[in-house]
Amino acid sequence: MRTITSLAGAAALAVTIGAAGAAHAGKDLDAIKARGQLICGVSTGTAGFSLADSKGVWTGMDVDVCRAVAAAIFGDASKVKYVPTTAQQRFTALQSGEVDMLSRTTTWTLTRDTALGFDFTGVSYYDGQGFMVNKKLGVKSAKELNGATICVSPGTTTELNLADYFRANKMQFKPVVIEKADEIRAAFFTGRCDVYTTDASSLYSVRAANVPAPLTAADFVILPEIISKEPLGPVVRHGDNQFGDIVRWALYAMVEAEEYGITSANVEQMLKSEDPTIKRILGVTPGMGKALGVDEKWVVNIVKQVGNYGEAFDRNLGAGSPLKIERGLNQLWTKGGLQYSPPIR
Amino acid sequence: MADIAERERAGKARAAPTVEGGALGWLRRNLFSSWGNALTTVVLLGFVVWIGIWFVDWAIVHATFEAANGPECGKGQGACWALIGEKYRYIFFGSFPYEQHWRPLFACIAMLAMLLLSCDRRMWNWRLLVIWTVGSFVTFLLMFGELRFPLTLFFLVGLVAGGIGWGMRAGIASPREIAIHKALTIVGGIGLALRIVGVIPAWGLEINAFSYVETGLWGGLPVTLILATYGLVFAFPYGILLALGRRSNLPLVKGLCVGFIELIRGVPLISLLIMASVMLPLFLPTGSNIDKFLRALVAVILFAGAYIAEIIRGGLQSLPRGQFEAADAMGLNYLQKTSLIILPQALRVVIPPLINTFIGFFKDTSLVLIIGIFDFLNTANQALVDPNWAGFPGEVYIFAAAIYFVFCYSMSRYSKYLEVELNKGTRR
Repeated sequence: MRTITSLAGAAALAVTIGAAGAAHAGKDLDAIKARGQLICGVSTGTAGFSLADSKGVWTGMDVDVCRAVAAAIFGDASKVKYVPTTAQQRFTALQSGEVDMLSRTTTWTLTRDTALGFDFTGVSYYDGQGFMVNKKLGVKSAKELNGATICVSPGTTTELNLADYFRANKMQFKPVVIEKADEIRAAFFTGRCDVYTTDASSLYSVRAANVPAPLTAADFVILPEIISKEPLGPVVRHGDNQFGDIVRWALYAMVEAEEYGITSANVEQMLKSEDPTIKRILGVTPGMGKALGVDEKWVVNIVKQVGNYGEAFDRNLGAGSPLKIERGLNQLWTKGGLQYSPPIR
Repeated sequence: MADIAERERAGKARAAPTVEGGALGWLRRNLFSSWGNALTTVVLLGFVVWIGIWFVDWAIVHATFEAANGPECGKGQGACWALIGEKYRYIFFGSFPYEQHWRPLFACIAMLAMLLLSCDRRMWNWRLLVIWTVGSFVTFLLMFGELRFPLTLFFLVGLVAGGIGWGMRAGIASPREIAIHKALTIVGGIGLALRIVGVIPAWGLEINAFSYVETGLWGGLPVTLILATYGLVFAFPYGILLALGRRSNLPLVKGLCVGFIELIRGVPLISLLIMASVMLPLFLPTGSNIDKFLRALVAVILFAGAYIAEIIRGGLQSLPRGQFEAADAMGLNYLQKTSLIILPQALRVVIPPLINTFIGFFKDTSLVLIIGIFDFLNTANQALVDPNWAGFPGEVYIFAAAIYFVFCYSMSRYSKYLEVELNKGTRR
């Protein structure tokens, strides 16, 4: 819609509705290629996942997934248009075709995968509910929290998970239920409750960013127990399986590249590798790109421009970022985590 | 009487009541007139000074003005203004391409100039139309980078302008002028009809001055200004029409207007925005999208229109019947009666509540953040999320509040001035 003139807002609306009758391009992938740009729905600002930096450039783990898909389709990770969506509008935006895919901390559940008409193409981040305590308490495990006062926000699955967990372990707790996130944090940091529980990624970012002086992040520990499953991943709508495949394998390619030690720094040398698996992944032995319907150098483009999964994690969430989130479940399967890519062959 | 006589006998007249002048006198009269008042004064003054000292200490004395990142900034005891230094361009202009930030900057300046010029009463004639045409053109050319005026628009403008001129000048202007208006209307109407039928091909006047920037990348102050300004500019005539329609004698027109006003006033703006952003796309065929920004703007216009209509209706009701009858007696038609006699008087009465609504809507535009549009408050929020700079919400919100205050306070002062200016005739 380039034709918007200030003088005829209402008229333009009418004209647009009239012009809107044009048939849908059928395949999402065709539409994306014709447009020359991938439209990716991201969140309106989540530290580490999708966030506009001081120059207005989108960065984060979810953003990197979008960039990887663009790198696979166009060979250029910058050919993405980011549409910030709120939690309420995200599914409509995808259903109505306003965005081609969602990559915005969306938990994979059965109903979303089926009834809403979507396909989750993988898990870019395994999240789950965790506990944060003050180091002074000397607690090492959530099993030692019997009788604790716990800050939690009301009406969420977080609250239900908490009750379930304590009942299952035959422990007692006193909930302090507070609606607003910053008030919960204030209550926790001023000592009104012993424990703060929410998604672990959020706990890490709170610990990195919101600890009031003179306390520091080192005064708080996040307990190892994760009591719920929140697998976050990219989503596409039903109707174009080829596009879904590309989104799925763009993420897997990042994981696979990490597993085989291919990084943005060494990808050029790796092209000379004799390892048949690496030759297949990087398209030296052709076939994979053709099967997927993209350029044979798709993985090279992804790794060179975005990095492998470990690099993206480190840059946005891990040691290289202010959030300092440990790999945990998001470690490769070879190192005790859950990130596992089916073979590219 | 007896008392005075007695005093006079005693040879001493009562002293004239003293009025203490100067600062001391003012202080005594206004702040320390009794023990209770003196105590209140001291306590409140102490409180203000205490807050003031604390604020100056936090915001200036111990503040950090330069830092590379948040943690470094946090080492200081006071405010972290370095955060604003780092983020102000994002807060003002959002995701607009960084190297081209001069474009939204000049767009904002153009809009402010346009608004300021419109405040001057000497401009309230044909000049206003010129100011807004030029101002809007500059603003949107800078923001979009390229504009396309479709032929349809020219026909529409011709039809509307001719129609209004025809109605307004009927029986007043020379036959020659009326003929011009008629011709304009007919050309506009026929052209529009032929264009819709498809006889005339699509054509548009294209102006490509800069690189194209879509509305999805707009953010910050220009978004707030455009939403508020154009939301209200379109809502105002629309509100007038609704108000007139509500007082119409035709039951169908009246019913529609009443129904619309009550429906819109019965729901919160948020629900209208959610309707526009969540429900509307579901009704449209897949793949076709109305620009999200335009959808939000239309929602604001519909909402503001209903409120403005009710305010203007109040103004219309305050006019005595004689005004209507006098206008009829002079042989003016409905359009002339309304625009020359009724509205000038009705609008004058409702200026304070109108500006009140304007101020309210300027702030309400920040609700668009719930549909993912980055207005000024939302870009400020976004600056807070950056983990490199997290932990200084106070500074960012004070900054945002200061900007909002400048706009709202100016509007409120202007309304005060206008109230005095327009009511000179009724003032003693």
